[in-house]
Amino acid sequence: MVVVEGSYAVAHSVKMCKPNVISAYPITPQTHIVEDLSQFVADGEMSCEYMNVESEFSAISALIGASAAGARTYSSTTSQGLALMHEALFNASGMRLPVVMTVVNRALSAPINIWNDQQDSISQRDTGWIQLYAEDVQESADMTPQLYKIAEDEEVLLPAMSCMDGFILSHVYEPVILLEQSLTDEFLPPFSPEFVLDPENPMSFGAFADPSTYTEFRYKQEKAMEAALLKIEEVANEFNEVYGRYYGGLIDSYLLDDAEIVIMAMGSVIGTIKDTIDMLRKEGESIGLLKIRSFRPFPVEAIRTALKNAKVVITLDKNISIGKNEGALCTEVKACLYNTNLRVPVIGFMLGHGGRDIPISTIVKIINKAKLVEKGIFVESEFADLREELI
Amino acid sequence: MIEIRIHGRGGQGSVTAAELLAVAAFEDGKYSQAFPAFGVERRGAPVTAFVRLDDKPIRLRSQIYEPDYVIVQDATLVDVVDVARGAKPEGVILINTEKNAGNFKLETKAKVKTLDATKLAMDFVGKPIVNTTLIGAFAGVSGLINPESIKSAVMERFPGKVGENNAKAIQAAYDLMEAER
Repeated sequence: MVVVEGSYAVAHSVKMCKPNVISAYPITPQTHIVEDLSQFVADGEMSCEYMNVESEFSAISALIGASAAGARTYSSTTSQGLALMHEALFNASGMRLPVVMTVVNRALSAPINIWNDQQDSISQRDTGWIQLYAEDVQESADMTPQLYKIAEDEEVLLPAMSCMDGFILSHVYEPVILLEQSLTDEFLPPFSPEFVLDPENPMSFGAFADPSTYTEFRYKQEKAMEAALLKIEEVANEFNEVYGRYYGGLIDSYLLDDAEIVIMAMGSVIGTIKDTIDMLRKEGESIGLLKIRSFRPFPVEAIRTALKNAKVVITLDKNISIGKNEGALCTEVKACLYNTNLRVPVIGFMLGHGGRDIPISTIVKIINKAKLVEKGIFVESEFADLREELI
Repeated sequence: MIEIRIHGRGGQGSVTAAELLAVAAFEDGKYSQAFPAFGVERRGAPVTAFVRLDDKPIRLRSQIYEPDYVIVQDATLVDVVDVARGAKPEGVILINTEKNAGNFKLETKAKVKTLDATKLAMDFVGKPIVNTTLIGAFAGVSGLINPESIKSAVMERFPGKVGENNAKAIQAAYDLMEAER
């Protein structure tokens, strides 16, 4: 293990995956990842085409072309940069190109804010990209080869986002095991797609589909996501066999089995929740954690099974669907339980917007509020950390 | 778990100090975590950085509200920032100043200690960059980290003469504070 910055650990893991083409536009707090990568390329440590571009829209567009030509491709962005990519994200997915991108999660403007929340990637939910969320630096670094293996699988062939909380994970120094080249080569086979853009054998990607065929393209993307459900679990286990590290596949849990109160969350807040659970368990509370690692594809069956003994479910969201007063995880969890016999209250809390810190005291406050449901006081969904004096 | 908060001004290397502490502590066999308070970086503006040390992996990701140790790189910050905020009563606030601790009327039960780190840095490094000197002093104040680990972390980050000179400042600061402990 070595103590390095989260961004460095991720850049190093990208290097181990040997992408052929990288294209990115620097934006806080993603900058250190692409600085490290461009340094590797400049120093001749990576044999890779690093394309400097004038915007994130160009970065993703360049990778779409490169990926269609058979290259393993990488980008990283955040916030406004990801929003600028929005249109082309659909193209990457619709053309079934397994681009892998680290999204260093950050809030969206206005008001301008460079700090962490997850509104950026959540807002790209329906673009047809796989989305995994990492809990710590090690998981963020290890996610890169996992995502290449998942995305490039011929049953899947979908682009994928590795989501890591901006600053909290990208700028933290903590002990990590940097990926070894030999193990990564053993784990991750080269990208060898069946169909590529080739002047010798011309074909079109993403060409015209009229009403007689368009629906079936969408259906096949959905089927590919279904295949990804299995593949994500499978690859997590394969990774464990090669490297001896495991973070869950679609989901993971902590002291869940006997828990009456289950907290569900994604990303770096997981660690703080685990510490809170340990503290409250000592006081006799029956609390556990259900970590959502894969937000797309959404692990409906796994969640239903995991929640079967829960009495109260709490969802934490670092995002809001304005006009619904709910975060995306809350909405999705409710929806996935509706057509079952499981009638457990799901209480949504939105927090950590624009980098607002999430101390243990905020999690404790949320749990106490959710427990009021036992007394018949039901909160549908609310902001957990509002500063009332500013309203 | 030991929690440390570092106050400085943009350009003084507070974030680097936190990183180097984390590297040194890990070299010493502890788990460590270092992160900045994520301000919009501007030279001269108040900056905060955090460090956690523990015998087991660190999962907590919030900022530090009740530090065991506070390191203040620039004494003028005392008038601008509540450097003593939340400091544990049994904790230590270490201020870089030529003044005695009695000159600082902080609202805290934590012990206030002072060190003229700027003078040490000028003597050994030739520049008023005090971050490495202060983490040497922290090792002396706390007894938590071997000064050799701090010196090797600093010399790895700043190879050659610069690192060696910093190592001398670290040792001097360590010796001064260790004698007081």
